[in-house]
This record gives sequence, structure tokens and C-alpha cells, in this order.
Amino acid sequence: MTARALINVPPKAKRGEIIGIKSLISHEMETGFRPDATGQPIPRNIIKEFVCTYNGVEVFRAEFFPAMSANPFVSFTTVANESGTITMTWTGDNGFFATESVAITVE
Amino acid sequence: MIAWMPVWRIVAAAAIVCATYPAIAEIPMSERKSGYEFMGPDSRAMQDEDTANPGMLSVLDGEALWKRKAGAAGKSCADCHSDARTSMKGVAARYPAFSPAVNRPVNLEQRINMCRTDRQQAKPFPYESKDLLSLATFVGRQSRGQPISVADDENTRPFIDNGRAAFTRRQGQLNLSCAQCHDDNWSGRLAGSPITQAQPTGYPIYRLEWQSVGSLQRRLRNCLTGLRAESPALGAPQLVDLELYLMWRARGMPMETPAVRP
Ligand code: HEC
Ligand code: HEC
Repeated sequence: MTARALINVPPKAKRGEIIGIKSLISHEMETGFRPDATGQPIPRNIIKEFVCTYNGVEVFRAEFFPAMSANPFVSFTTVANESGTITMTWTGDNGFFATESVAITVE
Repeated sequence: MIAWMPVWRIVAAAAIVCATYPAIAEIPMSERKSGYEFMGPDSRAMQDEDTANPGMLSVLDGEALWKRKAGAAGKSCADCHSDARTSMKGVAARYPAFSPAVNRPVNLEQRINMCRTDRQQAKPFPYESKDLLSLATFVGRQSRGQPISVADDENTRPFIDNGRAAFTRRQGQLNLSCAQCHDDNWSGRLAGSPITQAQPTGYPIYRLEWQSVGSLQRRLRNCLTGLRAESPALGAPQLVDLELYLMWRARGMPMETPAVRP
């Protein structure tokens, strides 16, 4: 099943305003350090990178590690310059890829 | 779990000290508090905002399942119940509810599985499976803010009484009752954690310790394990009775599903 993401970006902002961006994505973030019922290590399965672009320009990037919680939540700010699209992508182990886009109107 | 055991060892010692204290009665209605009120500001903020609450991911999964056709009947939940926002509003607040089919109360997960088998003619979902939890969380979400109102009548009363007996009976190697912590010492702490009143207002919850959504029965089994008492299997009648008693004890309190808990 594809990952589910919850995104919180204000739909409207004033030019130059600092806006908060929050994202939550469903992912087990399996550390690779846990054994299964038979004692074999469960292979690592984590998101490795999160990138946010604003009209194609990168505004935020984060590297994720095994110690992060399941369903990682990321919150950061950027400056609202122009109307357009804010896009978030998550990439990780086993070819994991998810992307979400939201529109923002800047007045 | 790793951090849990030493804590319970402290409890064992404390239990011996307080063993002679008289038990206090049930918590007065006006003093009842949800687990939410014992949480720090970060966990509260997580529960308060739908886009920060990981339990909402389960709600979305449940909504997708609600609309998916399944079983030999080829019907979705929505085919019979249409819009859950109206058809399921307040339903979770009434569960566990008496079912004439089995002549005893069933919890919400069991009620959903009855529709799975009888109406959809599909295999029931296993307890604590992602699909069952998602549907229960989605149905539970439709009762958020609704007052808890399980039936208290001649059908349910014997089972409420069973649950109360289980809640007040000492058990396990620690020889403690649920009530000794959750009625008599709810304002205290067990090492770092607030004990709380064991109010069932937010289930299924997203528990940070679990890193996932889980049912009330899973939470009850955690406390039973902590007492080093025998844990009935998921879905066992004893656990449903305990759920029913907890919901009766929380009557009138608003539902919070999906709540966040530490
Ligand atoms: C073929 C029609 C049908 C389908 C499909 C169906 N249900 Fe039902 N459901 C009913 C009927 C009829 C009742 C009430 C009568 C009864 O007791 O069986 C009911 C009752 C319920 C109740 C209890 C409501 C209450 O007020 O106590 C819940 C919860 C429920 N269904 C959830 C579901 C879910 C979740 C699904 C999908 C997995 C589903 N149902 C699929 C017909 C259906
Ligand atoms: C030694 C004290 C102790 C005993 C005895 C005990 N619990 Fe608990 N219980 C706790 C603590 C501490 C927590 C909160 C842990 C946390 O969330 O960090 C808790 C949490 C709970 C919760 C979750 C409440 C919420 O806000 O979601 C429920 C429900 C519960 N207990 C039920 C029970 C039941 C039923 C029993 C008896 C079988 C029981 N407990 C026995 C200490 C106890």
C-alpha cells in the first residue's frame, strides 16, 4: 500500500510572511537492530531523505536515521515569496518514494 | 517494556507499605479526568492537531477500507451504511454493546467483524491487525466529542458488574488491583509516569511507546502484564467486560478517538 501523508501548509499568506510547514507520513522506520521472533535481525527499512521544494527551489532537506520514530513528523518554516506549489518528497530503503504537493496563494 | 520492569519492582515494594490503607471508593463524577489532562504540552499538541496526530493516518486507512468492496457479498461498508459521518456518529461511544446474537456484550472491533462475516461474507480481521484497527479508528473518529453512553440495563448490568469485580480484585504476582492505582492513586506517579484514571476515552489510541495505533484491550493487557497477572487473549469475554465497565465508569465523558498517549 502507498504511504499516507498529512500536510499542513497555510493555503494563503502575505508576501514576505514566515509560514509554518508540517508533514507527517506513515512509515514503520524499522531500525535494522531488532530481532524477529526467530532471533534473525529484521532488515532495516527507513526513510533516508526528506526534501521540500517551493516552486522547484529547495527550501528544506533532512536526512533521517534509524533512531527516528515511526511515522516521522517534520515541522519547519519558510518565507512565502510567491504563489505556487510546495512539494515534499520522501525517499528511503527498498525503493521507498512518496511525494505530496500543495498550492499556496501569496498576496 | 525495558524501562517498565524496574518501575513495577518499585510498585511491589510500595504495595507492601500501603497494603493496610483502606480503599477509596469510585472517583466522583466531577473529578474524572481523561488521560489527556495528564499529558505534557507536546503530546497534547500532537493530539489536538489532525495533521500532527499519527492516529489520523489510521483514520484515512479506515476510510479507504470503508469504501472498498469485500467478501462473497461484494459489498463495502459504505454500500449499507453510506456516509459514516452520519451513520456512525456516536456509535463507538455506545460500545461495548449487548448483542442478542451472542447473548453478551461485544466491543466495537467485534461488531465490525460481525458485519465482515455476516454481511460481507468475508473472513474476519484478526485482532490488532492494521485493517481492524483502521476501521475501528475511523468509526471511532465519528464519535469524537460525543458523550460516552454505554447501555446500563438488565442486559448489560451483569457484565458491567463482572468488569467492576475484575477492576477491584487484587491479581498477579504484585497482588494489586486496577482500582488501587487508578481509583485510589490516580494523582500519583509510577516513577516518571502519571498513573492517571484509566479512562477509555480515546481508543483506539496512537501510543508513542508502541509507535503505532492500538486497541483498549492491548492497553489493558499491558497493565495486566505489569501486574504479572495472567492476560486473557485479545477478544476474551473478561476483557470485553472490563472495557464495558471502564466505559460505564466514563459515562458522559467526551470521546477523543484517535487520542495520543505516551
Ligand atoms: C450488507 C449490508 C452491510 C454491510 C456490507 C456492512 N454492514 Fe454494518 N450493519 C448492517 C446492519 C443491517 C446493521 C444493524 C443490524 C444488525 O444488528 O446487524 C449493521 C450494524 C453495524 C454496526 C453497529 C451499529 C450500531 O448502531 O450499533 C457497525 C459499527 C457496523 N455495522 C460497521 C460496519 C463496517 C465497519 C462494515 C464494513 C467492514 C459494515 N458494517 C458492513 C449492515 C451492513
Ligand atoms: C501499579 C499501578 C497500576 C495498576 C495496578 C494498573 N495500572 Fe493501568 N496504568 C498505570 C500507569 C502508570 C498508566 C499510564 C502509563 C503511561 O501512559 O505512561 C496506566 C494506564 C492505563 C490505561 C490507559 C489510560 C489512557 O489514558 O489511555 C488504562 C485503560 C489502564 N491503565 C487500565 C488498567 C486496568 C484495567 C488495570 C487492572 C487490570 C490496571 N490498569 C492496573 C498503572 C497501573
